[in-house]
Amino acid sequence: MNASWSRFNIASIVLGFAFLYLPIVLLVIYSFNESRLVTVWAGFSTRWYSQLLQNQGLMDAAWVTARVAFISASVATVLGTLAAIALTRHTRFRGRVLFTGMVFAPLVMPEVITGLSLLLLFVAIGFERGFMTVTLAHITFSMCFVAVVVQSRLLTFDRSLEEAAMDLGAPPVKTFFQVTLPVIAPAVVSGWMLAFTLSLDDLVIASFTSGPGATTLPMKIYSQVRLGVTPEINAICTILIGVVAVGVIAASLVNKRREVQRLRDEQAAQRG
Amino acid sequence: MAEVADDTRAQGAAADRREENGLLQTLTSRLVIIIPYVWLLVFFLAPFIIVFKISVSQPTIAMPPYTPTLDPAEGIGGLIEAFGQFSFENYVWLTQDALYINAYLSSVVIAAVSTLLALLVGYPIAYGMARAPASVRPLLLMLVILPFWTSFLIRVYAWIGILKPEGLLNQFLFSLGVIDTPLIILNTNTAIFIGIVYSYLPFMVLPLYATLEKMDFSLIEAAQDLGCTPSGAFWKITVPLSLPGVVAGSMLVFIPAVGEFVIPDLLGGSRTLMIGKTLWNEFFSNRDWPVSSAVAVILLLILVVPIMFFQRAQARAQEEGR
Repeated sequence: MNASWSRFNIASIVLGFAFLYLPIVLLVIYSFNESRLVTVWAGFSTRWYSQLLQNQGLMDAAWVTARVAFISASVATVLGTLAAIALTRHTRFRGRVLFTGMVFAPLVMPEVITGLSLLLLFVAIGFERGFMTVTLAHITFSMCFVAVVVQSRLLTFDRSLEEAAMDLGAPPVKTFFQVTLPVIAPAVVSGWMLAFTLSLDDLVIASFTSGPGATTLPMKIYSQVRLGVTPEINAICTILIGVVAVGVIAASLVNKRREVQRLRDEQAAQRG
Repeated sequence: MAEVADDTRAQGAAADRREENGLLQTLTSRLVIIIPYVWLLVFFLAPFIIVFKISVSQPTIAMPPYTPTLDPAEGIGGLIEAFGQFSFENYVWLTQDALYINAYLSSVVIAAVSTLLALLVGYPIAYGMARAPASVRPLLLMLVILPFWTSFLIRVYAWIGILKPEGLLNQFLFSLGVIDTPLIILNTNTAIFIGIVYSYLPFMVLPLYATLEKMDFSLIEAAQDLGCTPSGAFWKITVPLSLPGVVAGSMLVFIPAVGEFVIPDLLGGSRTLMIGKTLWNEFFSNRDWPVSSAVAVILLLILVVPIMFFQRAQARAQEEGR
Protein backbone atom coordinates (compact mmCIF):
# COMPACT_ATOMS: atom_id res chain seq x y z
CA MET A 1 0.00 0.00 0.00
CA ASN A 2 2.84 2.35 0.86
CA ALA A 3 4.36 1.96 -2.56
CA SER A 4 1.16 3.14 -4.17
CA TRP A 5 1.34 6.40 -2.26
CA SER A 6 3.27 7.95 -5.10
CA ARG A 7 5.28 11.14 -5.18
CA PHE A 8 2.42 12.74 -7.10
CA ASN A 9 -0.04 11.92 -4.31
CA ILE A 10 2.24 13.33 -1.65
CA ALA A 11 2.89 16.46 -3.69
CA SER A 12 -0.80 17.13 -4.23
CA ILE A 13 -1.51 16.73 -0.52
CA VAL A 14 1.36 19.01 0.48
CA LEU A 15 0.35 21.68 -2.05
CA GLY A 16 -3.31 21.36 -1.11
CA PHE A 17 -2.65 21.79 2.57
CA ALA A 18 -0.28 24.69 1.89
CA PHE A 19 -3.10 26.37 -0.01
CA LEU A 20 -5.52 25.71 2.87
CA TYR A 21 -3.25 26.86 5.67
CA LEU A 22 -0.88 29.50 4.28
CA PRO A 23 -3.41 32.37 4.29
CA ILE A 24 -4.39 31.65 7.90
CA VAL A 25 -0.75 31.31 8.99
CA LEU A 26 0.16 34.61 7.31
CA LEU A 27 -2.77 36.34 8.99
CA VAL A 28 -1.65 35.07 12.40
CA ILE A 29 1.98 36.08 11.79
CA TYR A 30 1.07 39.60 10.73
CA SER A 31 -1.12 40.10 13.79
CA PHE A 32 2.19 40.27 15.72
CA ASN A 33 3.56 42.95 13.41
CA GLU A 34 4.80 46.15 15.02
CA SER A 35 3.89 48.30 12.01
CA ARG A 36 0.41 49.63 11.31
CA LEU A 37 1.05 48.84 7.63
CA VAL A 38 -0.18 45.30 7.66
CA THR A 39 1.94 43.92 4.86
CA VAL A 40 5.29 45.42 5.87
CA TRP A 41 7.07 43.51 8.62
CA ALA A 42 8.57 45.80 11.28
CA GLY A 43 9.32 43.49 14.17
CA PHE A 44 7.45 41.46 16.76
CA SER A 45 4.89 43.16 18.97
CA THR A 46 1.76 42.34 20.93
CA ARG A 47 0.52 45.93 21.06
CA TRP A 48 -2.53 45.20 18.88
CA TYR A 49 -3.71 42.63 21.37
CA SER A 50 -3.52 45.04 24.28
CA GLN A 51 -5.36 47.63 22.21
CA LEU A 52 -8.15 45.14 21.63
CA LEU A 53 -8.87 44.88 25.33
CA GLN A 54 -9.50 48.62 25.46
CA ASN A 55 -11.95 48.53 22.55
CA GLN A 56 -15.25 48.47 24.45
CA GLY A 57 -17.43 48.04 21.34
CA LEU A 58 -15.48 44.96 20.30
CA MET A 59 -15.61 43.49 23.81
CA ASP A 60 -19.40 44.01 23.99
CA ALA A 61 -19.83 42.34 20.60
CA ALA A 62 -17.68 39.41 21.73
CA TRP A 63 -19.85 38.94 24.83
CA VAL A 64 -23.07 39.05 22.77
CA THR A 65 -21.61 36.52 20.32
CA ALA A 66 -20.52 34.15 23.07
CA ARG A 67 -23.98 34.16 24.67
CA VAL A 68 -25.81 33.73 21.35
CA ALA A 69 -23.48 30.88 20.38
CA PHE A 70 -23.83 29.10 23.71
CA ILE A 71 -27.63 29.27 23.90
CA SER A 72 -28.25 28.54 20.23
CA ALA A 73 -25.80 25.61 20.17
CA SER A 74 -27.40 24.04 23.24
CA VAL A 75 -30.98 24.31 21.96
CA ALA A 76 -29.91 23.28 18.45
CA THR A 77 -28.21 20.18 19.84
CA VAL A 78 -31.42 19.03 21.54
CA LEU A 79 -33.59 19.76 18.49
CA GLY A 80 -31.04 18.35 16.04
CA THR A 81 -30.66 15.13 18.03
CA LEU A 82 -34.44 14.72 18.13
CA ALA A 83 -34.58 15.30 14.37
CA ALA A 84 -31.82 12.73 13.82
CA ILE A 85 -33.72 10.14 15.87
CA ALA A 86 -36.91 10.93 13.97
CA LEU A 87 -35.06 10.43 10.67
CA THR A 88 -33.34 7.17 11.57
CA ARG A 89 -35.78 5.46 13.96
CA HIS A 90 -39.09 6.43 12.41
CA THR A 91 -38.98 5.42 8.79
CA ARG A 92 -42.70 5.95 8.24
CA PHE A 93 -44.74 8.91 9.37
CA ARG A 94 -46.95 11.42 7.66
CA GLY A 95 -44.96 14.20 6.02
CA ARG A 96 -41.60 12.43 6.28
CA VAL A 97 -40.53 13.63 2.82
CA LEU A 98 -41.20 17.24 3.79
CA PHE A 99 -39.39 16.73 7.09
CA THR A 100 -36.29 15.25 5.40
CA GLY A 101 -36.35 18.14 2.95
CA MET A 102 -36.50 20.71 5.74
CA VAL A 103 -33.57 19.09 7.54
CA PHE A 104 -31.27 18.95 4.50
CA ALA A 105 -32.25 22.14 2.67
CA PRO A 106 -30.80 24.61 5.20
CA LEU A 107 -27.38 22.97 4.76
CA VAL A 108 -27.05 24.37 1.25
CA MET A 109 -29.50 27.28 1.38
CA PRO A 110 -27.76 30.55 0.48
CA GLU A 111 -27.41 32.54 3.67
CA VAL A 112 -28.96 35.69 2.18
CA ILE A 113 -32.22 33.79 1.62
CA THR A 114 -32.30 32.26 5.11
CA GLY A 115 -31.50 35.62 6.67
CA LEU A 116 -34.05 37.59 4.66
CA SER A 117 -36.85 35.05 5.17
CA LEU A 118 -36.29 34.83 8.93
CA LEU A 119 -36.22 38.60 9.25
CA LEU A 120 -39.50 38.90 7.35
CA LEU A 121 -41.03 36.27 9.65
CA PHE A 122 -39.96 38.19 12.76
CA VAL A 123 -41.36 41.42 11.33
CA ALA A 124 -44.63 39.72 10.32
CA ILE A 125 -45.25 38.33 13.81
CA GLY A 126 -44.13 41.57 15.43
CA PHE A 127 -41.02 40.24 17.15
CA GLU A 128 -38.59 42.98 18.11
CA ARG A 129 -35.22 42.39 16.48
CA GLY A 130 -32.32 41.78 18.83
CA PHE A 131 -30.59 39.13 20.88
CA MET A 132 -33.61 36.81 20.84
CA THR A 133 -34.13 36.87 17.07
CA VAL A 134 -30.46 36.16 16.26
CA THR A 135 -30.52 33.24 18.68
CA LEU A 136 -33.70 31.79 17.13
CA ALA A 137 -32.22 32.16 13.64
CA HIS A 138 -28.98 30.44 14.67
CA ILE A 139 -30.85 27.58 16.33
CA THR A 140 -32.79 26.99 13.13
CA PHE A 141 -29.90 26.60 10.73
CA SER A 142 -27.43 24.94 13.09
CA MET A 143 -29.91 22.27 14.31
CA CYS A 144 -29.83 20.85 10.79
CA PHE A 145 -26.04 20.46 10.93
CA VAL A 146 -26.37 18.75 14.32
CA ALA A 147 -29.05 16.46 12.86
CA VAL A 148 -26.74 15.35 10.03
CA VAL A 149 -23.80 14.69 12.37
CA VAL A 150 -25.87 12.71 14.90
CA GLN A 151 -27.80 10.89 12.18
CA SER A 152 -24.62 9.50 10.63
CA ARG A 153 -23.67 8.07 14.03
CA LEU A 154 -27.14 6.61 14.60
CA LEU A 155 -27.02 4.86 11.23
CA THR A 156 -23.94 2.85 12.24
CA PHE A 157 -25.38 2.16 15.69
CA ASP A 158 -26.09 -1.45 16.63
CA ARG A 159 -29.83 -1.36 17.21
CA SER A 160 -29.92 -4.75 18.90
CA LEU A 161 -28.55 -3.03 22.03
CA GLU A 162 -31.65 -0.84 22.18
CA GLU A 163 -33.90 -3.79 21.46
CA ALA A 164 -32.26 -5.83 24.21
CA ALA A 165 -32.83 -3.03 26.72
CA MET A 166 -36.48 -2.72 25.71
CA ASP A 167 -36.99 -6.49 25.85
CA LEU A 168 -35.67 -6.38 29.40
CA GLY A 169 -38.42 -3.91 30.18
CA ALA A 170 -36.67 -0.56 29.95
CA PRO A 171 -39.06 2.15 28.79
CA PRO A 172 -37.98 3.98 25.60
CA VAL A 173 -36.98 7.17 27.41
CA LYS A 174 -34.80 5.22 29.83
CA THR A 175 -33.37 3.17 26.96
CA PHE A 176 -32.45 6.38 25.20
CA PHE A 177 -30.68 7.92 28.17
CA GLN A 178 -28.94 4.74 29.36
CA VAL A 179 -28.13 2.94 26.12
CA THR A 180 -28.39 5.18 23.07
CA LEU A 181 -27.11 8.49 24.41
CA PRO A 182 -23.83 7.16 25.85
CA VAL A 183 -23.00 5.57 22.50
CA ILE A 184 -23.85 8.59 20.35
CA ALA A 185 -22.44 11.08 22.90
CA PRO A 186 -19.29 11.90 20.86
CA ALA A 187 -21.46 12.77 17.84
CA VAL A 188 -23.76 14.88 20.02
CA VAL A 189 -20.74 16.72 21.44
CA SER A 190 -19.26 17.39 18.03
CA GLY A 191 -22.71 18.49 16.87
CA TRP A 192 -22.78 21.01 19.70
CA MET A 193 -19.30 22.25 18.83
CA LEU A 194 -20.23 22.58 15.17
CA ALA A 195 -23.38 24.54 16.09
CA PHE A 196 -21.33 26.74 18.41
CA THR A 197 -18.75 27.63 15.77
CA LEU A 198 -21.40 28.12 13.07
CA SER A 199 -23.07 30.66 15.33
CA LEU A 200 -19.72 32.23 16.25
CA ASP A 201 -18.84 32.68 12.57
CA ASP A 202 -22.11 33.76 11.07
CA LEU A 203 -22.22 37.21 9.51
CA VAL A 204 -25.01 37.21 6.95
CA ILE A 205 -27.90 35.71 8.92
CA ALA A 206 -26.97 37.75 12.00
CA SER A 207 -26.89 40.97 9.96
CA PHE A 208 -30.44 40.37 8.77
CA THR A 209 -31.96 39.21 12.04
CA SER A 210 -30.09 41.31 14.58
CA GLY A 211 -31.27 44.60 15.94
CA PRO A 212 -29.85 47.51 17.89
CA GLY A 213 -27.85 46.45 20.91
CA ALA A 214 -27.18 42.95 19.60
CA THR A 215 -24.21 43.51 17.27
CA THR A 216 -22.24 40.29 17.00
CA LEU A 217 -18.48 40.01 16.59
CA PRO A 218 -18.56 39.04 12.89
CA MET A 219 -20.79 42.06 12.20
CA LYS A 220 -18.29 44.28 14.01
CA ILE A 221 -15.34 42.70 12.17
CA TYR A 222 -17.12 43.04 8.84
CA SER A 223 -17.82 46.74 9.30
CA GLN A 224 -14.12 47.29 10.03
CA VAL A 225 -12.87 45.01 7.24
CA ARG A 226 -14.79 47.09 4.73
CA LEU A 227 -12.55 50.01 5.69
CA GLY A 228 -9.39 47.99 5.01
CA VAL A 229 -6.96 45.53 6.57
CA THR A 230 -5.78 46.60 10.03
CA PRO A 231 -3.58 44.83 12.57
CA GLU A 232 -6.36 44.97 15.19
CA ILE A 233 -8.58 42.82 12.98
CA ASN A 234 -5.70 40.41 12.44
CA ALA A 235 -5.33 40.18 16.22
CA ILE A 236 -9.02 39.52 16.91
CA CYS A 237 -9.11 36.96 14.07
CA THR A 238 -6.07 35.23 15.55
CA ILE A 239 -7.78 34.97 18.93
CA LEU A 240 -10.91 33.49 17.32
CA ILE A 241 -8.84 31.00 15.32
CA GLY A 242 -6.96 30.04 18.47
CA VAL A 243 -10.12 29.46 20.51
CA VAL A 244 -11.67 27.26 17.83
CA ALA A 245 -8.48 25.33 17.08
CA VAL A 246 -7.83 24.55 20.76
CA GLY A 247 -11.45 23.43 21.20
CA VAL A 248 -11.47 21.18 18.15
CA ILE A 249 -8.08 19.60 18.81
CA ALA A 250 -8.89 19.01 22.50
CA ALA A 251 -12.21 17.41 21.62
CA SER A 252 -10.67 15.09 19.06
CA LEU A 253 -7.93 14.05 21.51
CA VAL A 254 -10.56 13.24 24.16
CA ASN A 255 -12.54 11.29 21.57
CA LYS A 256 -9.45 9.38 20.53
CA ARG A 257 -8.55 8.49 24.10
CA ARG A 258 -12.10 7.24 24.71
CA GLU A 259 -11.91 5.18 21.53
CA VAL A 260 -8.63 3.59 22.61
CA GLN A 261 -10.09 2.92 26.07
CA ARG A 262 -13.15 1.29 24.52
CA LEU A 263 -11.01 -0.97 22.30
CA ARG A 264 -8.92 -1.98 25.31
CA ASP A 265 -12.08 -2.74 27.32
CA GLU A 266 -13.43 -4.84 24.49
CA GLN A 267 -10.20 -6.81 24.19
CA ALA A 268 -10.14 -7.33 27.95
CA ALA A 269 -13.73 -8.53 27.87
CA GLN A 270 -12.93 -11.00 25.09
CA ARG A 271 -9.92 -12.35 26.93
CA GLY A 272 -11.77 -12.35 30.29
CA MET B 1 -55.93 -20.97 44.54
CA ALA B 2 -54.45 -17.91 46.12
CA GLU B 3 -51.35 -18.47 44.06
CA VAL B 4 -53.34 -18.50 40.85
CA ALA B 5 -55.18 -15.34 41.87
CA ASP B 6 -51.84 -13.69 42.64
CA ASP B 7 -50.59 -14.78 39.28
CA THR B 8 -53.53 -13.31 37.42
CA ARG B 9 -53.26 -10.13 39.40
CA ALA B 10 -49.57 -9.93 38.58
CA GLN B 11 -50.33 -10.59 34.95
CA GLY B 12 -53.00 -7.93 34.99
CA ALA B 13 -50.59 -5.43 36.54
CA ALA B 14 -47.95 -6.30 33.96
CA ALA B 15 -50.48 -5.81 31.18
CA ASP B 16 -51.47 -2.46 32.67
CA ARG B 17 -47.86 -1.44 32.86
CA ARG B 18 -47.32 -2.55 29.29
CA GLU B 19 -50.30 -0.57 28.13
CA GLU B 20 -49.07 2.45 30.03
CA ASN B 21 -45.67 1.94 28.46
CA GLY B 22 -47.26 1.65 25.05
CA LEU B 23 -49.13 4.89 25.50
CA LEU B 24 -46.07 6.66 26.83
CA GLN B 25 -44.03 5.14 24.06
CA THR B 26 -46.27 6.42 21.28
CA LEU B 27 -46.43 9.80 22.99
CA THR B 28 -42.66 10.15 23.33
CA SER B 29 -42.00 8.79 19.86
CA ARG B 30 -44.53 11.31 18.52
CA LEU B 31 -42.83 14.13 20.41
CA VAL B 32 -39.45 13.15 18.95
CA ILE B 33 -40.91 13.88 15.53
CA ILE B 34 -43.28 16.71 16.40
CA ILE B 35 -40.90 19.06 18.23
CA PRO B 36 -38.27 19.44 15.48
CA TYR B 37 -41.00 19.23 12.82
CA VAL B 38 -42.98 22.14 14.22
CA TRP B 39 -39.81 24.16 14.79
CA LEU B 40 -38.78 23.76 11.14
CA LEU B 41 -42.30 24.51 9.91
CA VAL B 42 -42.37 27.75 11.88
CA PHE B 43 -38.81 28.93 11.34
CA PHE B 44 -37.94 27.44 7.96
CA LEU B 45 -41.05 26.86 5.85
CA ALA B 46 -43.32 29.68 7.06
CA PRO B 47 -40.64 32.33 6.39
CA PHE B 48 -40.52 31.24 2.72
CA ILE B 49 -44.27 31.67 2.40
CA ILE B 50 -43.92 35.15 3.89
CA VAL B 51 -41.08 35.96 1.47
CA PHE B 52 -43.33 34.97 -1.41
CA LYS B 53 -46.21 37.01 -0.05
CA ILE B 54 -44.08 40.13 0.34
CA SER B 55 -42.61 39.66 -3.13
CA VAL B 56 -46.10 40.27 -4.55
CA SER B 57 -46.69 43.31 -2.33
CA GLN B 58 -46.03 46.98 -2.98
CA PRO B 59 -43.26 48.94 -1.31
CA THR B 60 -44.39 51.84 0.86
CA ILE B 61 -42.75 54.24 3.25
CA ALA B 62 -43.84 52.74 6.55
CA MET B 63 -42.79 50.04 8.98
CA PRO B 64 -42.95 47.31 7.74
CA PRO B 65 -42.23 48.94 4.37
CA TYR B 66 -44.70 47.00 2.23
CA THR B 67 -48.45 46.86 1.63
CA PRO B 68 -50.82 45.07 2.13
CA THR B 69 -49.65 43.81 5.53
CA LEU B 70 -52.31 41.08 6.05
CA ASP B 71 -53.73 41.96 9.44
CA PRO B 72 -55.72 38.98 10.79
CA ALA B 73 -57.75 41.42 12.90
CA GLU B 74 -59.43 42.70 9.74
CA GLY B 75 -61.06 39.31 9.23
CA ILE B 76 -61.82 37.44 6.02
CA GLY B 77 -63.01 40.57 4.21
CA GLY B 78 -59.70 42.29 4.88
CA LEU B 79 -57.79 39.24 3.69
CA ILE B 80 -59.70 39.06 0.41
CA GLU B 81 -59.16 42.76 -0.16
CA ALA B 82 -55.44 42.28 0.54
CA PHE B 83 -55.23 39.43 -1.98
CA GLY B 84 -56.80 41.72 -4.54
CA GLN B 85 -53.87 44.11 -4.07
CA PHE B 86 -51.25 41.45 -4.86
CA SER B 87 -49.36 42.05 -8.03
CA PHE B 88 -46.41 40.60 -9.88
CA GLU B 89 -45.06 44.04 -10.65
CA ASN B 90 -41.83 43.32 -8.76
CA TYR B 91 -41.14 40.32 -10.97
CA VAL B 92 -41.87 42.31 -14.13
CA TRP B 93 -39.47 44.91 -12.80
CA LEU B 94 -36.76 42.25 -12.35
CA THR B 95 -37.08 41.05 -15.94
CA GLN B 96 -37.01 44.57 -17.35
CA ASP B 97 -33.88 45.73 -15.60
CA ALA B 98 -30.75 44.24 -17.17
CA LEU B 99 -28.96 44.63 -13.83
CA TYR B 100 -30.88 41.75 -12.26
CA ILE B 101 -30.69 39.41 -15.24
CA ASN B 102 -26.96 40.00 -15.53
CA ALA B 103 -26.53 39.45 -11.80
CA TYR B 104 -28.32 36.09 -11.99
CA LEU B 105 -26.36 34.99 -15.05
CA SER B 106 -22.98 36.02 -13.73
CA SER B 107 -23.70 34.40 -10.34
CA VAL B 108 -24.43 31.07 -12.01
CA VAL B 109 -21.38 31.35 -14.29
CA ILE B 110 -19.02 32.36 -11.46
CA ALA B 111 -20.36 29.57 -9.25
CA ALA B 112 -20.02 27.00 -12.05
CA VAL B 113 -16.44 28.01 -12.91
CA SER B 114 -15.49 28.01 -9.21
CA THR B 115 -17.04 24.57 -8.75
CA LEU B 116 -15.02 23.21 -11.67
CA LEU B 117 -11.84 24.76 -10.27
CA ALA B 118 -12.60 23.36 -6.82
CA LEU B 119 -13.04 19.92 -8.38
CA LEU B 120 -9.70 20.19 -10.19
CA VAL B 121 -7.94 21.30 -7.00
CA GLY B 122 -9.84 18.98 -4.67
CA TYR B 123 -9.65 15.72 -6.62
CA PRO B 124 -5.87 15.22 -6.38
CA ILE B 125 -6.01 16.06 -2.66
CA ALA B 126 -8.83 13.58 -1.99
CA TYR B 127 -7.11 10.94 -4.13
CA GLY B 128 -3.80 11.41 -2.32
CA MET B 129 -5.59 11.12 1.02
CA ALA B 130 -7.40 7.94 -0.01
CA ARG B 131 -4.10 6.35 -1.05
CA ALA B 132 -2.24 7.45 2.07
CA PRO B 133 -1.29 4.79 4.63
CA ALA B 134 -4.31 4.04 6.81
CA SER B 135 -2.46 5.28 9.89
CA VAL B 136 -2.10 8.88 8.65
CA ARG B 137 -5.56 9.14 7.09
CA PRO B 138 -7.39 10.34 10.25
CA LEU B 139 -4.79 13.09 10.67
CA LEU B 140 -5.17 14.18 7.03
CA LEU B 141 -8.94 14.13 7.38
CA MET B 142 -8.75 16.32 10.45
CA LEU B 143 -6.42 18.74 8.64
CA VAL B 144 -8.99 19.13 5.86
CA ILE B 145 -11.85 19.69 8.30
CA LEU B 146 -10.00 22.12 10.59
CA PRO B 147 -10.13 25.19 8.28
CA PHE B 148 -13.87 24.63 7.97
CA TRP B 149 -14.14 25.35 11.70
CA THR B 150 -12.43 28.72 11.37
CA SER B 151 -14.61 31.64 10.47
CA PHE B 152 -15.58 32.05 6.86
CA LEU B 153 -15.24 35.82 7.20
CA ILE B 154 -11.71 35.48 8.58
CA ARG B 155 -10.62 33.14 5.81
CA VAL B 156 -11.91 35.51 3.14
CA TYR B 157 -10.37 38.48 4.92
CA ALA B 158 -6.98 36.73 5.00
CA TRP B 159 -6.88 36.84 1.19
CA ILE B 160 -7.24 40.63 1.05
CA GLY B 161 -3.79 41.09 2.59
CA ILE B 162 -2.33 38.54 0.16
CA LEU B 163 -3.93 39.71 -3.08
CA LYS B 164 -3.69 43.50 -2.62
CA PRO B 165 -1.51 45.33 -5.20
CA GLU B 166 1.06 45.95 -2.41
CA GLY B 167 0.15 42.65 -0.74
CA LEU B 168 2.17 39.60 0.15
CA LEU B 169 1.78 37.76 -3.17
CA ASN B 170 3.07 40.71 -5.17
CA GLN B 171 5.92 41.28 -2.70
CA PHE B 172 6.89 37.63 -3.05
CA LEU B 173 6.79 37.68 -6.85
CA PHE B 174 8.77 40.95 -6.88
CA SER B 175 11.49 39.48 -4.71
CA LEU B 176 11.74 36.50 -7.06
CA GLY B 177 11.96 38.91 -9.98
CA VAL B 178 9.06 37.24 -11.77
CA ILE B 179 7.13 40.49 -12.21
CA ASP B 180 8.04 44.18 -12.30
CA THR B 181 4.55 45.65 -12.12
CA PRO B 182 2.15 44.44 -9.44
CA LEU B 183 -0.53 41.98 -10.51
CA ILE B 184 -4.02 43.37 -10.06
CA ILE B 185 -5.98 40.48 -8.57
CA LEU B 186 -8.00 41.96 -5.73
CA ASN B 187 -11.39 43.33 -6.84
CA THR B 188 -11.48 41.16 -9.96
CA ASN B 189 -13.33 37.95 -10.77
CA THR B 190 -10.06 36.03 -10.31
CA ALA B 191 -10.11 37.01 -6.63
CA ILE B 192 -13.69 35.74 -6.37
CA PHE B 193 -12.69 32.39 -7.91
CA ILE B 194 -9.80 32.08 -5.47
CA GLY B 195 -12.06 33.02 -2.58
CA ILE B 196 -14.79 30.51 -3.43
CA VAL B 197 -12.37 27.64 -4.17
CA TYR B 198 -10.50 28.35 -0.95
CA SER B 199 -13.57 28.68 1.27
CA TYR B 200 -15.48 25.70 -0.09
CA LEU B 201 -12.59 23.30 -0.75
CA PRO B 202 -13.31 21.10 2.32
CA PHE B 203 -16.89 20.64 1.04
CA MET B 204 -15.45 19.28 -2.20
CA VAL B 205 -12.68 17.15 -0.71
CA LEU B 206 -14.76 15.39 1.98
CA PRO B 207 -17.38 13.68 -0.24
CA LEU B 208 -14.70 12.84 -2.82
CA TYR B 209 -12.52 11.29 -0.15
CA ALA B 210 -15.51 9.35 1.25
CA THR B 211 -16.12 7.63 -2.11
CA LEU B 212 -12.45 7.19 -3.03
CA GLU B 213 -11.60 5.68 0.34
CA LYS B 214 -14.17 2.91 -0.16
CA MET B 215 -12.79 2.13 -3.60
CA ASP B 216 -10.98 -1.14 -4.14
CA PHE B 217 -7.65 -0.06 -5.62
CA SER B 218 -6.78 -3.61 -6.66
CA LEU B 219 -9.19 -3.00 -9.55
CA ILE B 220 -6.65 -0.56 -10.95
CA GLU B 221 -3.81 -3.03 -10.61
CA ALA B 222 -5.96 -5.64 -12.34
CA ALA B 223 -6.70 -3.26 -15.21
CA GLN B 224 -3.02 -2.41 -15.57
CA ASP B 225 -2.05 -6.07 -15.48
CA LEU B 226 -4.46 -6.57 -18.34
CA GLY B 227 -2.64 -3.90 -20.34
CA CYS B 228 -4.60 -0.77 -19.50
CA THR B 229 -2.54 2.43 -19.31
CA PRO B 230 -2.54 4.26 -15.94
CA SER B 231 -4.52 7.17 -17.37
CA GLY B 232 -6.93 4.77 -19.06
CA ALA B 233 -7.47 2.95 -15.77
CA PHE B 234 -8.04 6.29 -14.05
CA TRP B 235 -10.71 7.44 -16.50
CA LYS B 236 -12.37 4.04 -16.88
CA ILE B 237 -12.37 2.93 -13.24
CA THR B 238 -11.54 5.62 -10.69
CA VAL B 239 -13.61 8.42 -12.18
CA PRO B 240 -16.85 6.43 -12.66
CA LEU B 241 -16.57 4.92 -9.19
CA SER B 242 -16.04 8.31 -7.57
CA LEU B 243 -18.92 9.92 -9.47
CA PRO B 244 -21.29 10.06 -6.43
CA GLY B 245 -18.60 12.01 -4.57
CA VAL B 246 -18.09 14.32 -7.54
CA VAL B 247 -21.82 15.07 -7.69
CA ALA B 248 -22.21 15.60 -3.93
CA GLY B 249 -19.09 17.78 -3.71
CA SER B 250 -20.08 19.87 -6.72
CA MET B 251 -23.57 20.51 -5.32
CA LEU B 252 -22.16 21.45 -1.92
CA VAL B 253 -19.93 24.04 -3.60
CA PHE B 254 -22.21 25.25 -6.38
CA ILE B 255 -25.46 25.90 -4.47
CA PRO B 256 -24.13 28.16 -1.71
CA ALA B 257 -21.69 29.82 -4.13
CA VAL B 258 -24.53 31.10 -6.36
CA GLY B 259 -25.98 33.11 -3.48
CA GLU B 260 -22.61 34.03 -1.96
CA PHE B 261 -22.39 37.51 -0.45
CA VAL B 262 -19.21 37.88 1.62
CA ILE B 263 -16.74 36.78 -1.07
CA PRO B 264 -17.95 39.05 -3.93
CA ASP B 265 -18.38 41.90 -1.47
CA LEU B 266 -14.88 41.73 0.01
CA LEU B 267 -12.81 40.31 -2.86
CA GLY B 268 -14.80 41.29 -5.95
CA GLY B 269 -14.79 44.64 -7.67
CA SER B 270 -17.55 47.21 -7.79
CA ARG B 271 -18.45 46.01 -11.29
CA THR B 272 -18.80 42.36 -10.29
CA LEU B 273 -22.46 41.48 -10.16
CA MET B 274 -23.58 38.63 -7.97
CA ILE B 275 -27.13 38.11 -6.90
CA GLY B 276 -26.40 37.69 -3.19
CA LYS B 277 -24.77 41.11 -3.18
CA THR B 278 -27.64 42.60 -5.21
CA LEU B 279 -30.18 41.23 -2.73
CA TRP B 280 -28.16 42.61 0.18
CA ASN B 281 -27.93 46.07 -1.36
CA GLU B 282 -31.58 46.08 -2.33
CA PHE B 283 -32.46 45.28 1.25
CA PHE B 284 -29.97 47.27 3.32
CA SER B 285 -29.27 50.26 1.02
CA ASN B 286 -32.48 50.72 -0.97
CA ARG B 287 -34.72 49.35 1.79
CA ASP B 288 -36.94 47.86 -0.91
CA TRP B 289 -38.26 44.74 0.82
CA PRO B 290 -40.68 43.61 -1.91
CA VAL B 291 -37.99 43.69 -4.62
CA SER B 292 -35.42 41.92 -2.44
CA SER B 293 -38.06 39.25 -1.69
CA ALA B 294 -38.71 38.82 -5.41
CA VAL B 295 -34.94 38.50 -5.96
CA ALA B 296 -34.85 35.80 -3.28
CA VAL B 297 -37.80 33.89 -4.78
CA ILE B 298 -36.18 33.78 -8.25
CA LEU B 299 -32.83 32.75 -6.74
CA LEU B 300 -34.61 29.94 -4.94
CA LEU B 301 -36.30 28.84 -8.17
CA ILE B 302 -32.89 28.69 -9.88
CA LEU B 303 -31.53 26.57 -7.05
CA VAL B 304 -34.53 24.27 -6.61
CA VAL B 305 -33.29 21.75 -9.18
CA PRO B 306 -29.75 21.41 -7.78
CA ILE B 307 -31.08 21.38 -4.19
CA MET B 308 -33.49 18.53 -4.98
CA PHE B 309 -30.67 16.73 -6.75
CA PHE B 310 -28.57 17.09 -3.62
CA GLN B 311 -31.38 15.87 -1.35
CA ARG B 312 -32.02 12.85 -3.55
CA ALA B 313 -28.33 11.94 -3.31
CA GLN B 314 -28.42 12.41 0.48
CA ALA B 315 -31.50 10.22 0.84
CA ARG B 316 -29.87 7.51 -1.28
CA ALA B 317 -26.70 7.60 0.78
CA GLN B 318 -28.86 7.29 3.89
CA GLU B 319 -30.66 4.24 2.48
CA GLU B 320 -27.35 2.60 1.66
CA GLY B 321 -26.05 3.33 5.14
CA ARG B 322 -28.99 1.52 6.69
